[in-house]
Amino acid sequence: MIPAWVTPAHETTAVMVAVGAACAVPGVFLVLRKMVLIADAMSHVLLLGIVLAYLLANDATSAWLYVGATASGVLTVALVEMLQRTKRLKEDAAISLVFPALFSVGVILSTLYLRNTHLDADRVLLGSVELAFLDRFTIRGIDCGPRSFVVLSICFLGMLAFTIAFYKELKLSTFDAGLATTLGFAPAILHYALMTSVSLTTVAAFDAVGPVLVLAFFAVPPLAARLLTNRLSRMLIFSVAFAVIGAIGGTQLAFQLDSNIAGTVAGVLGMMFAFIWVFAPERGQIANLLREYQQRRNFRETMLAIHLHRHEGTPSEPEESLAAGLHLHLNWTEAETTATVERAIRHDLIAHSGEFLILTETGRNRVAEMLNTLP
Amino acid sequence: MNLFQSLALDDPTVQTVTAGTALIGAVGGFVGTFAVIRRRSLEGDAVSHAALPGVAIAFCLGSRSPIGLQIGGAIAGWFALMTVNGLSRRSVLPFDAVLGGVLAVFFGIGLATMRAIQQYVPGAANHGLERYLFGQAATMRMDDLQAIAGFGLIAVVTLMLLWKQVKLVSFDPAYATVQGIPTRFIDGVLAALVVGAVVVGLQAVGVVLMSALLVAPAVAARQWTNRLGPLSLLAAGIGAIAGVAGTLLSTALSDETRSVSTGPTIVLCVTSIVVASILFSPRNGLLSQVFRRKVLPT
Repeated sequence: MIPAWVTPAHETTAVMVAVGAACAVPGVFLVLRKMVLIADAMSHVLLLGIVLAYLLANDATSAWLYVGATASGVLTVALVEMLQRTKRLKEDAAISLVFPALFSVGVILSTLYLRNTHLDADRVLLGSVELAFLDRFTIRGIDCGPRSFVVLSICFLGMLAFTIAFYKELKLSTFDAGLATTLGFAPAILHYALMTSVSLTTVAAFDAVGPVLVLAFFAVPPLAARLLTNRLSRMLIFSVAFAVIGAIGGTQLAFQLDSNIAGTVAGVLGMMFAFIWVFAPERGQIANLLREYQQRRNFRETMLAIHLHRHEGTPSEPEESLAAGLHLHLNWTEAETTATVERAIRHDLIAHSGEFLILTETGRNRVAEMLNTLP
Repeated sequence: MNLFQSLALDDPTVQTVTAGTALIGAVGGFVGTFAVIRRRSLEGDAVSHAALPGVAIAFCLGSRSPIGLQIGGAIAGWFALMTVNGLSRRSVLPFDAVLGGVLAVFFGIGLATMRAIQQYVPGAANHGLERYLFGQAATMRMDDLQAIAGFGLIAVVTLMLLWKQVKLVSFDPAYATVQGIPTRFIDGVLAALVVGAVVVGLQAVGVVLMSALLVAPAVAARQWTNRLGPLSLLAAGIGAIAGVAGTLLSTALSDETRSVSTGPTIVLCVTSIVVASILFSPRNGLLSQVFRRKVLPT
């Protein structure tokens, strides 16, 4: 089933790509619904769920492991919401109270009972995608690839199908929960469906990346995508694309540096975000600076036009509209004034009339437009 | 006497560790109070995860002393906090997602760096950088205690000097700004104290659990009092008690064949105190609420 040229390195990369893709889709909704930190709490508590399910089922590959762990994630969300409803503490405090406590129970249980199994605390906290290719998924003796890759791919396709099937509902309940309720869309059911799928994805990614780094996959690609677009559909596509590129790039870098793969991928995702933060075409820092600069220049031109308009037809007109020495009246520096005059002439707002400056038709319109916006 | 011996209180190592965790609990509870009432409980979480690359890079630069590594951690934690605030203030991105993303990216870089160090720097594998990850209270020594106590003293003095301003900024930042109090500066001071409390506590309880020691004592204390002064002192007391109880409990439960980690035990102790407070506090407790409803059916 698996061609001979596929090496463990290829398979490791494929697992990371699957982690990235599977997390990016629910991640978009987590970011937009401001629920990233609840997902963080959930992923920590999964440790407890996995350990308990393992102790009960006594089998690291049992499907019950997935069911138990997924349920524990959803229970965390319910617990945080319940604590908030007591009104004794705020959401942030509720989150940072619930997950350390349940995580502690998980750590203690796993150090006590799982010391020599593959579920011990170090591996469980950090994940080990390095070893993922050893655990194979076979159907009737036919090798289908690493187990995590298969499970995560199914997760990704399932998430994709869920998102496409309920696209309209998800969109509405994300951006206007009130209207969604009024229209009978049952946001609560969608909320728990989404939380269940996040929990399921986290469980599937858990082995590979652990509970902390999974957050990088949930949060960073959607954040970067958010800087590039305002449309939900594009944000989904961009997120998946970022996650995939980051996963491939990060894994290759980790092979070069011989460092922790999941950590390096998180670092690369961070770098990609930083790059987009600086260079994004509309919301990037450079674009912001350019826009500010442009607005400042535009404003100066308009101010110059208004200055000419104010003194038009008054006794002070000859003095105020004289091209030489204009900077004294406007209280600008001489260089700024010369540059602004040149630009305003180029934009056909004003024109030279001998040694005086006069308003053109376009300039008059600009002044009227500006003054009309004032109260 | 029997209990005394089984808790091994006569063992100087246990004495040092117990005193250390008590101090960490007290400092965390005291400083955390201000984070909780300003609804910034999650800042501690971000700082503690983000401190990891700082510790690793300080180690790369040749620092081997706990203080040097802690300073590295503090710089990285502070940088992460500034990144979170800057990103969410200057864009459309939601605060919680930015916090989560920064936390995970810093943690990831920290892990990758730590792993690389163990490959390239000779002897690094034995140096116990791992303990910053999970925390190992048992490795605390006298000079660690001095560092924690020193930081605690700084925190107390700073907050006493700025008490009025901190109080106003905590409860009514808009009014504080109007009154001419440098709100940004006070914010910065409080954030710096959180960073400090996190890095001194890291080696005992580890990055994941440190945030609980900032938040839980204050939440528990909040159920008993509405006044800021008593609140912060009570939180410090609860933190200290949880530190002692957790250390002794984990020592008592561990033997040659198994070890119960100290950090998680402390967290469970402090969480039990929170649950008890939410249930049993006479004024705000859930039980007294039920009781009142029965007695005064209005």
